[in-house]
Amino acid sequence: MPLPSDENNPEARAGSAALSIRGLAKRFGEKIAVNGVTLEVPQGSFYGLVGPNGAGKTTTLSMATGLLRPDFGQALVHGVDVWARPLEAKKLMGILPDGVRLFDRLTGEQLVTYAGLLRGMDRETVAERTGDLLRAFDLTNDAGTLVVDYSAGMTKKIALASALIHAPKLLVLDEPFESVDPVSAANIRDILANYVQSGGSVIVSSHVMDLVQRMCDHVAVIAAGTVLAAGTVDEVRGDATLEDRFVELVGGRNTSDGLSWLRTS
Amino acid sequence: MVANLLRLKLLLLRNSLKRSTAQLVGVILGGLYGLGILSLLVVGLVLLGSADVEFIRTVLVIGGSAAVLGWLVIPIAATGIDMTLDPARFVTFAIPMRQLLAGLVLGGLVGIPGVVTLIASLAQVLTWIRYPAAALTALVCGLVAVLLCVVASRLVTTAVSSMTGSRRFKDVNGIIAFIPLIFLGPTIGGVTAGFQNSPGFASSLADVLAWTPLGALWAAPADVAAGEAGLAVARFLIGVATLALFLVLWSRSLSHALVTPPYNAVTKRAGGNLGFLGRFPATPAGAVTARALTYWFRDPRYSASLVIIPFVAVLLFFSGGASGGAFAFLGPITAFLMAWSISADISYDNTAFSLHVSTGVSGRDDRSGRAAALLVFALPITLVFTLVPLVVAGRIGDAPAMLGLSLGLLLTGAGLSSVVSARYTYNVPLPGESAFKTPPGTNFTMFAVQFIGWLVMLLLALPEIVLAIAYLVTGNMLFGWLALLVGVALGAILLVVGIRMGGRWYDRRAPELLLAVSANR
Repeated sequence: MPLPSDENNPEARAGSAALSIRGLAKRFGEKIAVNGVTLEVPQGSFYGLVGPNGAGKTTTLSMATGLLRPDFGQALVHGVDVWARPLEAKKLMGILPDGVRLFDRLTGEQLVTYAGLLRGMDRETVAERTGDLLRAFDLTNDAGTLVVDYSAGMTKKIALASALIHAPKLLVLDEPFESVDPVSAANIRDILANYVQSGGSVIVSSHVMDLVQRMCDHVAVIAAGTVLAAGTVDEVRGDATLEDRFVELVGGRNTSDGLSWLRTS
Repeated sequence: MVANLLRLKLLLLRNSLKRSTAQLVGVILGGLYGLGILSLLVVGLVLLGSADVEFIRTVLVIGGSAAVLGWLVIPIAATGIDMTLDPARFVTFAIPMRQLLAGLVLGGLVGIPGVVTLIASLAQVLTWIRYPAAALTALVCGLVAVLLCVVASRLVTTAVSSMTGSRRFKDVNGIIAFIPLIFLGPTIGGVTAGFQNSPGFASSLADVLAWTPLGALWAAPADVAAGEAGLAVARFLIGVATLALFLVLWSRSLSHALVTPPYNAVTKRAGGNLGFLGRFPATPAGAVTARALTYWFRDPRYSASLVIIPFVAVLLFFSGGASGGAFAFLGPITAFLMAWSISADISYDNTAFSLHVSTGVSGRDDRSGRAAALLVFALPITLVFTLVPLVVAGRIGDAPAMLGLSLGLLLTGAGLSSVVSARYTYNVPLPGESAFKTPPGTNFTMFAVQFIGWLVMLLLALPEIVLAIAYLVTGNMLFGWLALLVGVALGAILLVVGIRMGGRWYDRRAPELLLAVSANR
């Protein structure tokens, strides 16, 4: 597994922010998708971004990673402004976007290799890391299959592998566990935990509160394009479980009897 | 239920138009064009009424048979041409078969082909207005024929829908489906020639067709007009029997399709084969070249245009003969078409383009990589296609001028495409779709960009075009060599300029490009 090498980079100081999102905002037509989101992802943290569907998680992460130009605000990766010095910032980041296609007429192996070569890495390193990544994600036997023929979970894994190939210092993962089987998900969690232990930083978005509570040390709750709460997981959840706290913050639980006809007796 | 299915189809049509204004403009322009054709058709059919019965019959039978054949064949050629009411989507709803059939038939009529066929079949009633009995027969037979068209096309769609689940089938079909279409022109040309050479050809063709399910229904009114009621009944029965048979077959294959979901068999394959990625330089530009080239061979949307190239040669050869005419300009024509083909490259990537944005590939690497992939195969093809016709015609002396023209167009076009695709995106078939499928509502911007792009390309290549013409007119070799020199030098300069300009544009606008292609999915 490629791991971030901190000793080569004297600038990296413990405690400084791996990703600093400052007042990002985006409007699509009449709809304000993200309304001034500010977040600090400390270096070496495992940061969870949770929110209901359509809360603006993907839009926020796209703007933070240089995929979508914000209307307002700034995003800094280890102090590098993503929109002022995009090439430098993108070198530091590994990105797993959600809901985008892949170059799926390549085989899994070719796709990861392609991602490495696009990053300007040399052939030997790419080949070595591609092999490691395919093994780590249990895709070795499907390495020569076209990605278009992969299942949803395998597609997610190969996209994640493409995001890791250049050993980034920050991983931005949008819904990394969606449709991934439990065994692979556990493997991915181990990989990410190791990565964080070695000094890397991760920000993941997810719907699965349980997962975030177990896996992450920091969390931000976002709804309707605004941050409702942010901090360490223990700060945010207080005495309750993260899920209860989330529902309390976001609201929207139906307390009425609901579908009274949906009964079998 | 029938009304629901109909409403669903209309709603899908309306919603697909609401997504962008440019698309709407395209639909309106297309609609106006279709309306023009349709009114010509109606006027023609009405005027036809004043001809003698024999002539009317010949025209209606041949035209009508062509329409039925079209409804039958086009769905095979263009898988997914209209899958909005794909039976597979109704699997989870318990709709009674009878109502589903009726709903799908009526749904098939909604849309431009259905409306045109219906109106034409009604106009055909007016053709027979001088013979009231025949007109009445024409009305009944026409409506049955329209039903036959829709049912036949639905039958075909359903029958292939179990196969279309497999990606390989889709891929192969997407490519070979082009071939009959390419030969459509020459075939029509051949049939027309047949008409002109022997006056009896058309009427004997109509005689044969009149006894087949394709033409029987269109021939019956003529029998009535000629006073042969027995024949008319026989022909009507042929048509109705065919309709009934198709209905039975369709309902069987539909009930089969509803319980057998498409299955895509995939064989696992271990890695080790990097393909082009292992053969090109291990740089970002080299990787882009290798990836683009892989797509030229593996993505049916690209390979369809590769497959077409040899057919263009065959076509031009037969249309103008080996010595002169269009075949002599095979090189410049293919160069022109191939160079323009990468002008929608980013649109074809769709959101997969996000990998280029997130890895921070520089504009120059992206542009030059894609242009290089094109030139890898376009350059040899252009050379061969320019020189072979000259050798065949024994005019090898023209080589410098023609090479200058071809190479100039290819290089200039590649440069221009590099700029265009960094600036404009338009709706193209999505990854995995048939190369045929135009997204609902052909985009107006696309036509505009295409038209202006071609003009600019010719303008940029004007020096070598003028020199080549000067050579062809005067026969002075100096002009020929000058055309070669100018074509290659100016083309190369424009290619570099195009890559740089497109690259700068790309660097500034990559996120906007990504946003633009995300709209089309």
